[in-house]
Amino acid sequence: MASRVSDHLERLGRASADAVAEFGLGAVLFGQSLFWMILGRRRAQPVRLEATFARCMEVGIQAIPIVTMMSITIGMMLAIQGIYTLRVFGAEDQVVIGVGFSVVREFGPLITGILVAGRTGSSLAARIGTMRINQELDALQVMGINPVRFIVAPALIAMAIMVPVLTFWSDIVMLAGAGWYISVDLGMSWGAYIDRLREIVKVEDVTHGLWKSVLFSALITLVGVINGALVQGGAEGVGKMTTRSVVLAISAIIVTDMIFAFITTRS
Amino acid sequence: MTAEAAVVRAEPELVANPPVIEVVDLITHYGPREILHKISLSVRQGEIMVIMGGSGSGKSTLLNSLLGLIRPTSGQIRILGQDLNAIPDVERTRLRQKTGVAFQGGALFSSLNVLENIMLPLREHTRLDQHTMRIMARLKMQVVNLAGFEALMPSELSGGMIKRAALARAIVMDPRILFCDEPSAGLDPVVSSAIDDLILSLREAMGMSIVVVTHELESAFKIADRICVLDKGNILIVGTVDEVKNSPNQRIQNLLNRRTEEETLDPDEYLRRLTAAND
Repeated sequence: MASRVSDHLERLGRASADAVAEFGLGAVLFGQSLFWMILGRRRAQPVRLEATFARCMEVGIQAIPIVTMMSITIGMMLAIQGIYTLRVFGAEDQVVIGVGFSVVREFGPLITGILVAGRTGSSLAARIGTMRINQELDALQVMGINPVRFIVAPALIAMAIMVPVLTFWSDIVMLAGAGWYISVDLGMSWGAYIDRLREIVKVEDVTHGLWKSVLFSALITLVGVINGALVQGGAEGVGKMTTRSVVLAISAIIVTDMIFAFITTRS
Repeated sequence: MTAEAAVVRAEPELVANPPVIEVVDLITHYGPREILHKISLSVRQGEIMVIMGGSGSGKSTLLNSLLGLIRPTSGQIRILGQDLNAIPDVERTRLRQKTGVAFQGGALFSSLNVLENIMLPLREHTRLDQHTMRIMARLKMQVVNLAGFEALMPSELSGGMIKRAALARAIVMDPRILFCDEPSAGLDPVVSSAIDDLILSLREAMGMSIVVVTHELESAFKIADRICVLDKGNILIVGTVDEVKNSPNQRIQNLLNRRTEEETLDPDEYLRRLTAAND
């Protein structure tokens, strides 16, 4: 009995220690990436533009169709629920307020973040995990090519550029989706809808969402990289860590989102 | 004949030429387990040193230590006169450009084709233009008999071709030391023998010092100037092919004649193992 309790305690302790170690690893990777971005050129080991550009294509351009589709759908869903709720007060035409704020401050960045975590976070984890198993990471190291500079830094840069861009696109499409439903259901004209949006939504609300998305991009990248780097034991290991990276990245996004919203709305 | 000749040639040079690799009292751990027990070894300029041993003998650990992928618990590894684990990063990067490694599975980058894989070290470490790099990579592909396969992706290559491509990438910077991890593992006898010839010709043509880790006896006897036999983290012998073949040491003879060692187990220990709880 006593041994079972101590077993549980030991497992709990080990898990906590591992979690702290992973946080540390994330911080180290982030720091090293910054180091190579700034000093790489001086050390004749620059972060490659081509690699960054290739990642940008993967992370950003190829994600446009799915982000567009999901954003239109969610925009319409927000309009439907908003009108349904406001009907209680007979204030359906106030739906624009709810939709405007919630899209640019929350839903745009959050949905984009979740989609990118599913697409890019998982592929980063799988790619790095496979590279580790195939000794490609070792090969980089013995060739004198720093893996952080070669793999992590381009991914971080590409994500920091493309995730906000995707988020902005998602904002626009989501608002358009909501506007379409509102115009059909309430008979509000597009002109009136856009005027109303511009009255309510300030630039700060949009940048609030975009800054959040930059934060999400770093979280997704680091979670993906760490899980990839910790892969052990073949294909099964890759699968396990890929799943883990998606779950962790999405959880991290949601928690960070709440904390960010709390802090920035205090003043 | 070449083996003896090389050794005879190497002796007087030893005074003038310091060894390219020097391992002194190396101890490494994997977790709490000690893998290598105070190993000392040196590799001379221009020789082919084969590190041999069964699985679990510590030969992979030794190789990874030589490559700087594992930090030793204690002891020293000097590559080309520099202490691998004491020099600053910048120096180590420079040192690594003078060594080449062909990994067991090739470790080719799956997103790059063969030519791009071989060009990668040039692209990262030199300021040559694209055209020159391409020519240099093609030259090395010629050396390893892989000309014409530039555009293939690693997933489209056969086992032998992967080993050749890995060798080409390892020698593209004209390294002074080449490390090969199990160059003939997983290949049929004909291809495996061709890889051995290739390694021999690389030494002839480019004067490299070569360290080969293998468990294939035939291949080891064919290419080695000297053989280092590892067993359970200890070096049993370092010597020429004949010295190893004629060694009276029972462990070495077991390894050469593919005899498994009978494990001496007392009945209590045996029972304890059988009844041990699964955890």
